[in-house]
Amino acid sequence: MSTLLEVSGVSVSFDGFKAINNLTFQIGEAEMRAVIGPNGAGKTTFMDIITGKTKPDSGKVIWGERSVSLLSMSESRIAQEGIGRKFQRPTVFEDQTVADNLMLALKKNRSPFAVLRFRPGREDHDKVAELAERIGLSSALQRKSGELSHGQKQWLEIGMLLAQDPRLLLVDEPAAGMTPAEREHTTELLVEAAKTRAVVVVEHDMEFVRRLNCKVTVLHEGSVLAEGSLDHVTNDDRVIEVYLGR
Amino acid sequence: MADTALPAPRRPFVARYPSVLIFIGLLAVFTVAVTVLAEGFGIGVVSTSFVKTLGKTLCLCLVALAMDLVWGYCGILSLGHMAFFGIGGYAIGMWLMYARTEIIVTESLAAAPLPPTAQEISDGIATQIFGVVGASEFPPIWTFAHSLPLQLLAVVLVPGLIALVFGWLAFRSRVTGVYLSILTQAMTLALALYLFQNDSGLRGNNGLSGLQNLPGMDDVPQATISIVFFWASALALGLGYIVCAWVVSGKFGSVIRAIRDDEARVRFLGYSVEAYKLFIFTFSAVLAAIAGALYYPQAGIINPAEIAPIASIYLAVWVAIGGRGRLYGAVIGAAFVSLLSTWFTGGQAPDVNLGFYTVQWVDWWTILLGLSFVCVTLFAPRGMGGLIDVIIERRSPDRHGADLGPEPGALQEKEADR
Ligand SMILES: Nc1ncnc2c1ncn2[C@@H]1O[C@H](COP(=O)(O)OP(=O)(O)O)[C@@H](O)[C@H]1O
Ligand SMILES: [Mg+2]
Repeated sequence: MSTLLEVSGVSVSFDGFKAINNLTFQIGEAEMRAVIGPNGAGKTTFMDIITGKTKPDSGKVIWGERSVSLLSMSESRIAQEGIGRKFQRPTVFEDQTVADNLMLALKKNRSPFAVLRFRPGREDHDKVAELAERIGLSSALQRKSGELSHGQKQWLEIGMLLAQDPRLLLVDEPAAGMTPAEREHTTELLVEAAKTRAVVVVEHDMEFVRRLNCKVTVLHEGSVLAEGSLDHVTNDDRVIEVYLGR
Repeated sequence: MADTALPAPRRPFVARYPSVLIFIGLLAVFTVAVTVLAEGFGIGVVSTSFVKTLGKTLCLCLVALAMDLVWGYCGILSLGHMAFFGIGGYAIGMWLMYARTEIIVTESLAAAPLPPTAQEISDGIATQIFGVVGASEFPPIWTFAHSLPLQLLAVVLVPGLIALVFGWLAFRSRVTGVYLSILTQAMTLALALYLFQNDSGLRGNNGLSGLQNLPGMDDVPQATISIVFFWASALALGLGYIVCAWVVSGKFGSVIRAIRDDEARVRFLGYSVEAYKLFIFTFSAVLAAIAGALYYPQAGIINPAEIAPIASIYLAVWVAIGGRGRLYGAVIGAAFVSLLSTWFTGGQAPDVNLGFYTVQWVDWWTILLGLSFVCVTLFAPRGMGGLIDVIIERRSPDRHGADLGPEPGALQEKEADR
């Protein structure tokens, strides 16, 4: 399997505190990966680095078959390269309708002049309707997204990710604050997405991770503690110590 | 609302935005009514000076639209927009002053026994214009003042370029919020201070005057000219409104409102936030300049005080009172507040005698305006435009008072509208 994203030897510190410490990580095309770790392990910071929000002090982040470095790119450029991100807190544009939100995310030319002239056609509306169907928000298309429940917002954000049609999806704690039924639907969405693209899911909840049924990377104090199947890592002594020993 | 699973078929622009049609209709009726009542072409009930006031008000509505575009839609609180308005005024004023002085100088030199050389005419004009600041030569900035087309080009190009360079520097370094507002204030202050100098080349604090006299039209009464400018202003406002409505209606509007509410999130969707801000800021600056170019020939005089920071703050106050984030709100605010201001400061408002103290509106109007601004901000963030919501009972999300975006300074629920 060819490597899609390769993070090697990355470190970043905030005011002397090493949030990410010599982290190395790889993911291939159409691979699902769960990243777990206690609070403050650096999971969100790890995503910040890949998406260009945080510039690391050292290390490399290499992307795609042309092996370009993401470090010199702006956030919007990285997103255009095909990396989509869902935030820990659901962040949708609450003042706009569900349809507007999806339309905004739809993979299209992003330049101001192109957007100025853009008027959605039949196929765009169909695409939006189809996405809404997948995230279970068909009946809410014309509602303002601010009116949605917490879980629905999480789905809308996942829908916006899918609309971008990225090659790599970074999903930060998608199941936080969801009911068991909602979690199940979320799992399905992610597993489905991972059939055609790489998906990295950050999650606390072991049960949720178990259902994703994929390779797991354990982060601790900014570096990889263990990697492998869920059973493998949960039997690792150091992982047990980190999770249970405090 | 569960019946909207299928996307609605595309309806025409005006059907989706009926407010545009209503606005244009009202503007047309108003324009015709004023014309019929005015001295120039009508029955003469409305004085020429009041026609000019109304014409100027239309220009202020246009610059308020420009302000609403950057502030109400894109969240950039520019407190320097009147600088662009002023530059537009100066650009057109230079031609007006030059061309009229040229006619006067040529006429007076024609009486001389020898026909005057081009240099003599030029010197004559320069002496006439710059005598007040003790100069008698044209500064380089007047190079194109003889040409109306070139100065008209300057009306859009100079503010456009300034906005482009300023915006590029500011947005690229991700200056936002209150820091950006301060930066725009500094820009307009610097420009005003520069223009106040006698050697700025634009007659220092005298500014440009006599702009109401169009070159070669001395025979045309002001009553007629005032109506012509009134129509031009109405046309500009109407066109400006349609263009703004078009810009904010589609996906572009969706992107800039998203930038206003959570610009970091927009970046991760792959939009270059800086490019969008730069686009809307520059466009809005050009719109403001066009408004200024129509305003000052009706005002008759422009001087650096017009560009002072307070002018731009007033502009923000109008838009806030009218209701930002909706185009008609900006227009209502600018028209209402500026007309009221004319009434109060013009000495027409009767003083209120409280026995122990007499409230003189000329002084107290600013305080009243300040208080209304505070009240609107605190109690009616939708401004006067919010009244229209009450009438058509617009629904809005119930967010239990939470922010509409995760960033500090994101729109609050109560500020949100359609
Ligand atoms: N911008 C920042 N400034 C200072 N410290 C930060 C910043 N971002 C993250 N950190 C710190 O880095 C550590 C890792 O944070 P984070 O990546 O959010 O952890 P996780 O998502 O795994 O819970 C935490 O201790 C956090 O306080
Ligand atoms: Mg986190």
